Amino acid sequence: MHSPRCSHLRALASAALLIGLVWVGQALAVDTTPPLPTPQLQQRYLALTHELRCMQCQDESLADSEVDLAGQMRVEVHDLLLKGMTDQQVKDYLVSRYGERILFKPLFNLRNAWLWGAPSALMLVGLLAGWRIIAGRRRLVDQDPEEPLDDTVDEHWTS
Amino acid sequence: MVVELGHYALILAMLLAAAQAVFGLAGPALSRERWMAAAPSAACGQFVFTALAVGVLIHAFITNDFSVRYVADNSNSALPLFYRVTAMWGAHEGSILLWIFVLSVWTMAVVARLRYLPTEFGARVLGVLGVLSFGFLLFTLATSSPFSRLFPTPADGASLNPLLQDPAFAVHPPVLYTGYVGFSVSFAFACAAMIEGRRDQLWARWMRPWTVMAWAFLACGIALGSWWAYYELGWGGYWSWDPVENVSFMPWLVGTALLHSLIVTEKRGLFKSWTLLLALAAFSLSLLGTFIVRAGLLISVHSFAADPTRGIFILGFLVVVVGGALVLYTLRAPRMQSTAGFDLISRESFLLFNNILLVIAAAVVLAGTLAPDIAGALHLGTLSVGPPYFAPSFMVPVLPLLALLSVGIHARWKRGGLSHAKRVILTTLVCALVIGLPLSLAVYGHPIPLAPIGGVLGAWIVLSSLVDPIDRIRRRLTLSASLVGMTVAHIGLGVFVLGITFVSSNSIERDVAMKPGQVAMVGDYAFRYEGVRDVAGPNFTAVRGTVTVTHDGQLVTVLHPEKRRFYVQDAEQTTAAIAPALHRDLLASLGDNVGGGAWSLRLQYRPLIRFVWIGGVIMALGGMLAVFGRRQRGPATVPDAVPLAMARRTPA
Amino acid sequence: MNQQIEGAPTQPQEPEKGSSRWRFALPLGLFAALLIVLFVGLMHSPEKDLVVSPLVGKAAPQFSLPNLVNGGQPVSNAALRGHWSLVNVWGTWCANCRDEHQTLLMIKQQGRVPIIGIDWNDNAANATTWLQQLGDPYTQVGEDPNGVVAIDWGVYGAPESFLVNPQGVIVYKEVGEITPDVWREQFLTRIDAAPGTGPPPTTGED
Repeated sequence: MHSPRCSHLRALASAALLIGLVWVGQALAVDTTPPLPTPQLQQRYLALTHELRCMQCQDESLADSEVDLAGQMRVEVHDLLLKGMTDQQVKDYLVSRYGERILFKPLFNLRNAWLWGAPSALMLVGLLAGWRIIAGRRRLVDQDPEEPLDDTVDEHWTS
Repeated sequence: MVVELGHYALILAMLLAAAQAVFGLAGPALSRERWMAAAPSAACGQFVFTALAVGVLIHAFITNDFSVRYVADNSNSALPLFYRVTAMWGAHEGSILLWIFVLSVWTMAVVARLRYLPTEFGARVLGVLGVLSFGFLLFTLATSSPFSRLFPTPADGASLNPLLQDPAFAVHPPVLYTGYVGFSVSFAFACAAMIEGRRDQLWARWMRPWTVMAWAFLACGIALGSWWAYYELGWGGYWSWDPVENVSFMPWLVGTALLHSLIVTEKRGLFKSWTLLLALAAFSLSLLGTFIVRAGLLISVHSFAADPTRGIFILGFLVVVVGGALVLYTLRAPRMQSTAGFDLISRESFLLFNNILLVIAAAVVLAGTLAPDIAGALHLGTLSVGPPYFAPSFMVPVLPLLALLSVGIHARWKRGGLSHAKRVILTTLVCALVIGLPLSLAVYGHPIPLAPIGGVLGAWIVLSSLVDPIDRIRRRLTLSASLVGMTVAHIGLGVFVLGITFVSSNSIERDVAMKPGQVAMVGDYAFRYEGVRDVAGPNFTAVRGTVTVTHDGQLVTVLHPEKRRFYVQDAEQTTAAIAPALHRDLLASLGDNVGGGAWSLRLQYRPLIRFVWIGGVIMALGGMLAVFGRRQRGPATVPDAVPLAMARRTPA
Repeated sequence: MNQQIEGAPTQPQEPEKGSSRWRFALPLGLFAALLIVLFVGLMHSPEKDLVVSPLVGKAAPQFSLPNLVNGGQPVSNAALRGHWSLVNVWGTWCANCRDEHQTLLMIKQQGRVPIIGIDWNDNAANATTWLQQLGDPYTQVGEDPNGVVAIDWGVYGAPESFLVNPQGVIVYKEVGEITPDVWREQFLTRIDAAPGTGPPPTTGED
């Protein structure tokens, strides 16, 4: 298959994954890209490299990956920002080359609406369901003869 | 020879698991008392032979038997003895065997407590557990036996992944698996209750301690894994929403929902079908996690040739076990309706929303984890889902959940309302504001908007949890184990929330290239790089750096980050130097020699990061306290025919 | 369903009985949907996702790289114009490139398309030695030590190869090693299928 430079480490990390560990990543990357001239640019650089994915890695951002390609792509992001590109232009450029997979943050668009909408939609469904259940139970409250003690937390498991 | 013994032991264990399943399920169905009595014996036998297989594999590792493929792939004669033992769960085959072994240990625990259950119910529980054991043993024998031989025998093994040569790794997988697999007991109880078509809620009382225990182990396992990743991988991360992390987190979230809904079911006879569903879901998600990790789904892109037969097998197993249980649910749940009522402001309502929000949180994690596959299956293009999606989406259900906790904890059952607690709620909230706001605004400074919210919510949870126990102590009332456990667990959650809040909003991280003698400021801390030298370890050589850290001119610590080269694998590994303290960690990691005597370094300041794991461990401790502190119940005397009204009322 | 004891009034729970039964089949339905996703995910090779490059069907990105041969013309899009070409990204550090090399030599022998090499993340000395030892299948090799062109072409590993048509449009991308089978099935079929592409004039075989 296709071997990135750090194939060895990658194989090791995959071996670790295989065993179902909760955490596996690769050794750390220390970013040696020279800092950008202004703190604002540097801030944007840091934000971008955390939102872009290292294409060779198991779920690592560009910022955290030690593979060579990630290092080269950090330099690329650095250079593009220096050329005056906006964050969006940098992302668009990389998406045009690598596809949407490179974005750790899926695009806000119609195709991904189900994903971004999921939390709110689930909240809505949950609230409605909760409301209906409670409405139903409230109707029963007067017919239910049981009067549970209020401070019964301590009785839970004893009998 | 010994190795073949292990293989035979596995075959015997599988046959005994089959016997356990048949006797356990068919015995009660056909009213054969003998069969029911045979189920525990089969379970014991299954345990013994599984343990024997584990022993044989460990023996092969200790004696460096490289004629065993699995040993040759994962060990080496230069590996210290301790890691040769832990290497047993260093890869796929062994960790599946560990899974099976843990399942048999849980089964034995059920056998030991069998006299507290009605005979038929206990037999059915063992029967369901037998089905699970059988499936996994068949999986191992058919697709991934750890005992296959290698010919010709290599002179030495390939050794264990250096990342795994770590004490935490010795503990993390077994603890995590104990949690994962522990939900199988809840699953088996739920199935048994549905097979019997029980209309009462006694099963909820029986299921609860098992669930709490599994939940506590899982919390501990996740915390351990996070801690291990933090110091071993060296980039200061403790959670990255990686699929492999997510699949362990989802059962925990659902398990948390389950142990809250169990309270309502046990106490009020409400939400019975929902509670059953959660019990099925918690274990199904554990199985799904196994599927995702083992079958290489979601991750195979990056690494190894996934073996599709394994995937198909596990998928088939999922269909049989989860599908079967859900069919049973479809048939039996409708008759579990209850007529109990409660008001809008009541403990029931709060716990209902606790459940809804926790399940939404789990669903969000599931959606994000499977999103690349869902998009692929529906031809919606390719995408990656990382922390920028998970972090904000997860907050949507979780922030309300945390806020509701501090209020709901005071609510009374049925229609008790909250009017009695208005003052307490207000007081705790004011105190939480007084603690949380200055902490996030003044002490740690430059906050993101979530920091004050998280700080206040965390403090509020801790304070609210303390109200009831303190009140009871003042009134000289007894403190039950479950109240103590609940309080401790909630305090753990509060501590955890505080930790997450500050470490995620106030960490500082700098990548710098430094020459000896140069100083870099990280927050208020001055990191001075002194230089590097070569050192040698047992199976690696390393470059060790020295970094002295001062604060206001006072020496704080001296850090020695290392970059190790393991010569068996010819692999490099960065070992971060960490100066831990309760209020902050300082980290230094060594990057590359960038020439001219300079090295690149990553320097980090991580406030309150210890709270994250301490919080997790306190939560787990709360669960353990609740289980082991409770008074022993007598043997199961409640006959099955007990009228519901009696069963529902908590016997005094 | 309603035979709860304790003489509770029988009136509650009358409504929506029909729908409430179905409610309990909902988890089964969700599980079935999940299974389908998992099954599709398992069956469909994840490598395929990566092979789909957004650049396929688009004009090859503009590039200009120093020639590996000292003093040679820069390697640029000019090398691609007017005929089919194979752009091969490789490096001496890449083990699979060594395996692929034999196939590349065979392709050169066939003479259907010129091979333009991009030596990525590498240095000229290593590359020159490699070509001297293993033979040189390339018509030109550009040096890309910092991955600037590789990134512009959406490369994330080596070897990777692009088939570029006479109009300079990328027609196909192969991720990983080209084997003789891959060459025949993925590359030659595409070249032959294109209208107006007869057997190339320079061919030595066929």
